[in-house]
Amino acid sequence: MSAHLIALRQALRRLGRKPVATLLSALVIAIALTLPALGYVLVDNVAGLANGISGKPEISVFLKNEVPPDRVKAIETSLRIDPAIAALRFVPRDVALKQLAARGGFADVTGALVDNPLPDAFVIEPRNDTPASFEALRKQIATFPEVAETQLDSEWVERLHAIVVLARSITLLLASLLGAALLIVTFNTIRLQLLTQRQEISVKLLLGATRNYVRRPFLYFGLLQGLLGGVLAWILVAALLQVIAPQIEALAQRYSIALNIGGPAPWQGAVLCAFAALLGWLGAGISVRRHLHDGLVID
Amino acid sequence: MIEFDHVSKHYPGGNEALTNLSLEIRHGELLVLAGHSGAGKSTLLKLIAALEAPTAGRVLVNGLDVGRMRRSQVPYLRRSLGLVMQEHRLLMDRTVFDNVMLPLTISSQPPSDAAKRVRVALERVGLAEFENAMPITLSGGEQQRVAIARAIVNRPSILIADEPTAHLDPAYAREIAALFRSFHAAGVTLILATHDDTLYSPYGARRVELAHGKLLS
Repeated sequence: MSAHLIALRQALRRLGRKPVATLLSALVIAIALTLPALGYVLVDNVAGLANGISGKPEISVFLKNEVPPDRVKAIETSLRIDPAIAALRFVPRDVALKQLAARGGFADVTGALVDNPLPDAFVIEPRNDTPASFEALRKQIATFPEVAETQLDSEWVERLHAIVVLARSITLLLASLLGAALLIVTFNTIRLQLLTQRQEISVKLLLGATRNYVRRPFLYFGLLQGLLGGVLAWILVAALLQVIAPQIEALAQRYSIALNIGGPAPWQGAVLCAFAALLGWLGAGISVRRHLHDGLVID
Repeated sequence: MIEFDHVSKHYPGGNEALTNLSLEIRHGELLVLAGHSGAGKSTLLKLIAALEAPTAGRVLVNGLDVGRMRRSQVPYLRRSLGLVMQEHRLLMDRTVFDNVMLPLTISSQPPSDAAKRVRVALERVGLAEFENAMPITLSGGEQQRVAIARAIVNRPSILIADEPTAHLDPAYAREIAALFRSFHAAGVTLILATHDDTLYSPYGARRVELAHGKLLS
């Protein structure tokens, strides 16, 4: 334990010895992490929106003309007890005609009609919000002989889901690429440190230091630098969201979408910091393994 | 006890540093290795500290075959030895105290006990008042004495020194030699490579001469 404390203290001393260089390295890491982290937070918000409103799409069920009222009632009863249906609304053909007439521009058209051509209909809100379950329910309802046509309004949901999946993949790809950048930054920082400290390392090995004793301060350095970069990235993401969230929300409002962009949750920030620290540790570990003996003279 | 059993050491490129060398160094002995440059003195010392591995034969330190030792065991062997090199190998950005403290930090000694031992070692080499000085401010002889303090702070039973007075003027060299002789008098096994064996030979040292990797005497 004391060996770890000594290593941690050495790493902190190295970080503190060159504060500007430390800050610059941490900023490079932070900037590399900010893009995927920001993307993740935005996608997470849009995904939340998609999940929240995907229950709203409805299945319109149009009955055949001249279905007796008792059959209509029987179908309604049967649908109401269906566990796959969250809500149900019956729209009689007269009401449908009135609704059509009430829409701007259609009053003259409906007034000229001799007969009401519209059928009775049910508007159904499925309980499950996945496009596949919509389709299954639609097929099930279509089996009623009195049903003339069913209309599934889920295409846009599928599109939104597809966009969210694509955005998630892009974010993941960015995170992988920029994570690799973090790894490289740490790898190079540690490589330079190993080169500048090779005399000290050789003296320590000469005096009986184990390989782990020599490696440990560099690993802690990588971990702390990564952690610092993670914290800065968290701050950057929160700050950038403060700037762009109102603009995105205003844009969404124009499409009648109530979007409320939330910042990264504390657990998300903690995951970001832990991820950055882990990558820092990993980059340092690879660098030490690769370069520990470069130019080392211990005789 | 240290034993060289038919030891050879060949370096890549065909350089034969030691050839079929057998030698026993008894506990508490003062052994002076003499010989021309390239005779194999440094190689012999490096083999004891596992800084080199023999190409053939065995090097036994207190019964342990250092040439076949696992890599993870080597640091513990080095901690049991005191090493003084021709170049003092001090860390110039640390104080004298920190330099001498280094072996104790490496072997995880409790800090309060370690500090006491550092001061005792500095006193032993006559540098007690320089503990806060930076090595760069000291003379060559003083720097070598700091290196000696660093070598003895772990209280090793074997002290190895490779040309410890090579770059020092005669006065400093005599001073350092006296210091080594005092360690030997205290029971430490002392193995020195030197061009100037007159500093030790009159004081009961066993002289071993090497030439072209072979033992002459």
